[in-house]
Amino acid sequence: MIKLIGILVVAAGFAFRFNTLLVVMAAGITTGLVAGMPFNGIMALFGKYFIENRYITLTVLLMLPVVGLLERYGLREQAETLIKRAKSATAGRVLIFYTAVRQVSIAFGINIGGHAAMVRPLVSPMAEGAAHARHGALPEKTSEAIRAHAAAAENIGNFFGEDTVFAVGAVLLIQGTLEAQGHPVSLWTLSFWGIPTAFVAFGLLVWRARALDRRVARDVAAASKPEKPQ
Amino acid sequence: MKLLNLDVFYVIAGVFLLLVAGRLALDATQPKRGGSALFWGLLALTFLAGKLLPPVVVGYMVLALVVLAATKQLGAPRAGSATAAERIASAARLQNWLFLPALLIPATAVLGTLVLGKLHWGDCWLLDSANVTVTSVCLGAVVAAGVGLRLTRAPAMTPVEEGSRLVQTIGWAIILPQFLAALGGIFAKAGVGPEIADLVAHALPTQFPFVAVLAYCAGMAVFTLCMGNAFAAFPVITLGVGLPFIVTLHHGNPAIMAAIGMLSGYCGTLLTPMAANFNVVPAMLLELKDKNAVIKAQAPMALGILAANIVLMYFCVYRF
Repeated sequence: MIKLIGILVVAAGFAFRFNTLLVVMAAGITTGLVAGMPFNGIMALFGKYFIENRYITLTVLLMLPVVGLLERYGLREQAETLIKRAKSATAGRVLIFYTAVRQVSIAFGINIGGHAAMVRPLVSPMAEGAAHARHGALPEKTSEAIRAHAAAAENIGNFFGEDTVFAVGAVLLIQGTLEAQGHPVSLWTLSFWGIPTAFVAFGLLVWRARALDRRVARDVAAASKPEKPQ
Repeated sequence: MKLLNLDVFYVIAGVFLLLVAGRLALDATQPKRGGSALFWGLLALTFLAGKLLPPVVVGYMVLALVVLAATKQLGAPRAGSATAAERIASAARLQNWLFLPALLIPATAVLGTLVLGKLHWGDCWLLDSANVTVTSVCLGAVVAAGVGLRLTRAPAMTPVEEGSRLVQTIGWAIILPQFLAALGGIFAKAGVGPEIADLVAHALPTQFPFVAVLAYCAGMAVFTLCMGNAFAAFPVITLGVGLPFIVTLHHGNPAIMAAIGMLSGYCGTLLTPMAANFNVVPAMLLELKDKNAVIKAQAPMALGILAANIVLMYFCVYRF
């Protein structure tokens, strides 16, 4: 039981809003110490895993110079201009379309997208641009809600398409784990049983995206009321 | 031999970070330039020389990064170098050509996965076949930067300048995902997982088939919530709860259980700041005031998907 102290540290740290890096370091050190590791040993483990997991940061880091460059030359503005020409576009519909493309492409093993490569430079300006074209100036809180939902659309599309058609990382991990325990299963069976959840996830995203459109309309109406008393 | 392996891109990223640090150090107008330069410089070193340094040295470097971040030694980025009017004028000049480099990134990812990953001359491979996805995305970013520079005729340092602004916008949160993965490793070494599985298994009346399903799906979600990674939760909860109760005790189908179980873990990923690369880094990148805004947007969907998974598993796992 004492080994779970690290999780307690994390929970308490988040609850009291300490710096997250500090919380994680404290959780690692306490967990290591109660498991009987020496302090230098814990530091060596942190160092080892930090280096092994550099690839997680790598894709974001390498994306920033090109995204920054294109933003400097007006990529976000152009994305807004383009979407304003599509008369039926709304913030929610942009996100629904993006999620659908993301789910289908990743189902075939093709990982397009990402928060740095697609959401910041293209998807969120398009969603905001569509809302702006339809409703005029958006309150800051509404813009932030649209951007948060754009990030959510990326995550939903990424997570719930992956395990369906082509066997990728997660499916291979599942198969490996089950086989090691004496339960051989086929990759196709595993992929097949990922499909119902993929549809549920997409359906729920459509629901939230529509709710977002209604919220945008409501927020804009509320913000413009005091200026135009009727 | 692999021509474009991860190490090539680690060096490129390291050089970029080093330039970020160098520019900050030389910029007398930058607030907190010492702390900022030191932070990005140390991080650059882990990318440039990570494998050459002894792990314990890297560990203390990471500790230094944490101290710098926690004592607020990192300065805020400056506002963008171009005004809105300049950006609009540039957009009017370049029009839809601006999308070309941006779309080259996913295009290279597609090409890399389908074609480039299979190219080789004897033993000499173009891409690292073990990391095709990551290497082709990185290749896409580098190619797009080159095409972007040509298209905009920007000075060669502009990508570094603008990238530096974005990297500072994300700030210390950029190392959080990597750092949480390290915590996951320590948890695994210390044997935290089996303890949790044990706790779940004994706290609930798993002799009822529905409770077994509920314990497994919720266990996947909760454990992922704590660890920030469904892949770490999967073996622990499957061996501790899923296989003994759903498969052995109630004769459920292991494939259905595992497939839906993993997806229940993803519901936990949507709900936790521990999954920093999916939830916290995007909040910083999109400049949201509330760091939990992405999680809040996802919460109704995550809970809905989890509920659907539990029902779906209960009706299918004992039947097929």
